[in-house]
Amino acid sequence: MPTILVEVMPKAELLDPQGKAVSGALTRLGKSEFTDVRIGKRFELTVDGPITDAVRNDVQKIADEILSNSVIEDVVAITYPEAE
Amino acid sequence: MRIGVITFPGSLDERDAQRAIRIAGAEPVALWHGEHDLHGVDALVLPGGFSYGDYLRAGAIASVSPIMAEVIDAANKGMPVLGICNGFQMLTEAHLLPGGLIRNESGHFVRRDQKLRVENADTAWTANFTANDEIVIPLKNGEGGFIASEDELDRLEGEGHVVFRYLEKNPNGSLRDIAGITNDRGNVVGLMPHPEHAVEPGFGPDTTDAMRSGVDGLTLFTSAIAQLQAV
Repeated sequence: MPTILVEVMPKAELLDPQGKAVSGALTRLGKSEFTDVRIGKRFELTVDGPITDAVRNDVQKIADEILSNSVIEDVVAITYPEAE
Repeated sequence: MRIGVITFPGSLDERDAQRAIRIAGAEPVALWHGEHDLHGVDALVLPGGFSYGDYLRAGAIASVSPIMAEVIDAANKGMPVLGICNGFQMLTEAHLLPGGLIRNESGHFVRRDQKLRVENADTAWTANFTANDEIVIPLKNGEGGFIASEDELDRLEGEGHVVFRYLEKNPNGSLRDIAGITNDRGNVVGLMPHPEHAVEPGFGPDTTDAMRSGVDGLTLFTSAIAQLQAV
C-alpha cells in the first residue's frame, strides 16, 4: 500500500531545546565540526487505495491542521510515492 | 453553581481542580473527553497533566477530542473556560487562545512556587483580583514556553489580553514573561502555573506567615463563581 511522507520542523527562528541538547552531546564527544542540530518529525501515512486528488487534499489539510502547529512548526515536505 | 472538569487520557490534576471548585463554593462535575455532553455546567476547567503522553504536541490530540466540539461552542457563546497547564496547551491547539507552548528553554522540567503579577483583573477568572496584584502559585511543566509572532504579542499586550506575567524569574523562556492570556471576550483564560494547588492552608506554597499556607489560587475560582452569580 502506498505511503506518503510528511516532514515537520520547528520554525527556524525558534529555539529547539531538543536539538540544542543533542548538539551539546556531540560537542562533548569531540564532534565539534557539527555546529548545529535541529530535530523535526517524519510522519508516514499509509493509504488504502490509489492516491487521488481527494487524498492529496486530505493530506495537505491533515499536515497543516493536525500534524503541525503553524505557530511553532513548518511543514517542510510532503512526498508522494512514485507512480507504479 | 456547577463547574465541569474534563478528564482526558493522561490528565493528572482533575481531582485537585474539582477540590478547588468545591472549596471555592461551587459544585464540581466530572466530565469525560469521549462524550459530547457538558451535563449543563455553568463553567469549565481543562486540567493539567500529560494527555496522550504529550504525543504529537502537548495538548494536540486532546484538542480534537469529541467533547472539544462542545467546549469550543460553549466558549464561543461566552461560558467561562479555564485551561491550566496541559489545559492551556489544549486551548491554544484548539485555537481558542492564540500562540503556542514549546519545550522549556532550559530543556529541563521545572517545578517551583512561582510569583506572578495579575495584569488583567477583568476576565471571568480574575475579576476578584485587583490589577497588579502579586500572587504565588505552584508551577510544574516541561513545555511551558509561551510563544507567538511579534505582531500577535503586540496585539496581546495592546488589547490587555496578557492576564498573568512571571515575576522575579521566567521559568521556561516564555516570550515577554507571559504566564497566562485571555481571549477577546475575557471568558477563556489559559495559564501554565497551577492555581488549583494553592487553595487550602497546609497544601499551598510557603508564605511569610507560615509554611504551605498560600491560597492565592482560590481567587481564580471564586472570581468565576462570583461572575456567574452576578448574571
